[in-house]
Amino acid sequence: MKAIAQGARRAHATRRHFGALLLMGALCCAIGGLPPARAAGASASKTRTQQVEIRNFAFAPKSLTVSPGTRVVWTNHDEEPHVVTSAGSQFPSSKGLDAGDSYAVTFSKPGTYAYYCSIHPMMVGTIIVQ
Amino acid sequence: MQDNHDNEAGGRRQFLKCMAWAGAGTLWMMKGGVLHAQPLGEGAMAATVDASFSFAQISDSHIGFHMQPNMDVVGTLRASVALAKAQAIHPDFLLHTGDLTHLSKPEQFDTLAGVMQESRVSKVFYVPGEHDVIGDNGAAFFHRFGERQHAGGWYSFDHRGVHFVGLINVLNLKAGGLGFLGAEQLAWLKKDLASRSAETPLVVFAHMPLWPLYPPWGWGTDDSAEAMSYLRRFGSVSVLNGHIHQIQQKVEGSITFYTARSTAFPQPAPGAGPGPGPMKDVAPDALHRYLGIRDVRHVQGRQMLAVTEEVLS
Repeated sequence: MKAIAQGARRAHATRRHFGALLLMGALCCAIGGLPPARAAGASASKTRTQQVEIRNFAFAPKSLTVSPGTRVVWTNHDEEPHVVTSAGSQFPSSKGLDAGDSYAVTFSKPGTYAYYCSIHPMMVGTIIVQ
Repeated sequence: MQDNHDNEAGGRRQFLKCMAWAGAGTLWMMKGGVLHAQPLGEGAMAATVDASFSFAQISDSHIGFHMQPNMDVVGTLRASVALAKAQAIHPDFLLHTGDLTHLSKPEQFDTLAGVMQESRVSKVFYVPGEHDVIGDNGAAFFHRFGERQHAGGWYSFDHRGVHFVGLINVLNLKAGGLGFLGAEQLAWLKKDLASRSAETPLVVFAHMPLWPLYPPWGWGTDDSAEAMSYLRRFGSVSVLNGHIHQIQQKVEGSITFYTARSTAFPQPAPGAGPGPGPMKDVAPDALHRYLGIRDVRHVQGRQMLAVTEEVLS
C-alpha cells in the first residue's frame, strides 16, 4: 500500500449502513497495513495539504504534482455525487461524495497515480508524487 | 396534478385536462423503424384503441437528491407513477431505467420501493444507474430490485409477443471511458437473441444511452456498437435509456433510440453549459414541464410500438 486514505468529512457518520461499513472495513485494512506513525490526520498540522476541486464534472487541477507525504484533499462542489477511484487500485477509493463532501489521501511514495470517477469515468486526473 | 390522478374515478376527463395544461405531449408511433409524431390529444387517444397492451417507462428518480431545482423528488416520483397508472390503457408494468437513488443508500432504496408499493404497481422491471451501484458494485440494488436471471444482473423476458432485454452498462467502467457492457454480457445477448425470429419486436433497455449521444459528457456506451450489431436483423427494435434527464431520439435503420425524462430534475441539452449537472435555475412552477413518463403501447399485428411522452403539469 502506497497511500493512506481517510474520509475527511463525517457528516453522515450516524447513517452509515451496509455498503459504507464495507468501505470502512476496507479503509481500516488499508490503514492497518501501514506504519502507525503515517496515519493520516495524526499529525495534520505538520502534513502539507493540497486541494483538488471537483466542479462541473472535472477535477481541477487535472494533474497535480506534490512532494512525498502530501495530503491531497478532493472536495465535491457539484450537486452530482462523485467517487474518487484509483486506476489500478494504487490507493483506496472514496465513498460516494455528495455535494460538499471531501476525501483525503496522503501520498507517501513517489509515483504517478492516475485516478477517475468510477461513476463518471470520463472524469480523469493524475497525482504525481516526486 | 397527482391529486387529480390519485382519484382514478376522474379518469379520462381529468387526464385530458392535465394534458391541456401540459400541452407538450407527443405520441410517437414507430413503423418499420421510422418515427411518426403526433401531438397528444383526442386523435392520439383514438390511436390507442387498437393497442394490445402498454407499459410505461420512468427514469432517474434520484431519491435522496435534495437541492434546486427539486426539493421533493419523492413527490415528483409519486406524481409520475400516478400519471402512468392514469393512462387510458392501463400499463401492464412499469420500467425503471435507473438512478432510482442518488447515493445508493439503503433508506433511499427503501423510499423508492415504498412509493411503488403504495402506488400498487403490480410489476416494475428495473435496471441500475451509476448512482445505484456506489460502493458495492450494485449488490444492494440487485438484491432488492434484480431479476436474478444471471450473476451480472442482465435479463430478458417475453410479454405478449414482444421480447424485452434489460442490460447493465454502469459497472466496471474504465478510466476515460463511457458506459460499458462487457464481453460476458455481450455473449449472453448474442445467444439470447439467436433463436428469435426477425419479426419479433424487441425492446432493449439500459440506463446509459446505447449510442454515442454526447461522449464528452459521458453520454454513451463504449461497446454499444457490438450490441447493436446483434439487433440489426430485427424488424422493430426500440432502445430505451435514461441517464440524461431529457428526451433525445435517433433512428438507425430498424433501431430507434429514445432517452427518457427524469422524474426528479432536468439536465441541459448536450454541450449546453459547462457540464451535465441539474438545471438549477428552473422555476419551481415550471419544473413539472421537464419531468415525466414514457408510455409505450404495443399495437397488435403491426409489429410496432407507439411511444408517447408525458410531462407532469
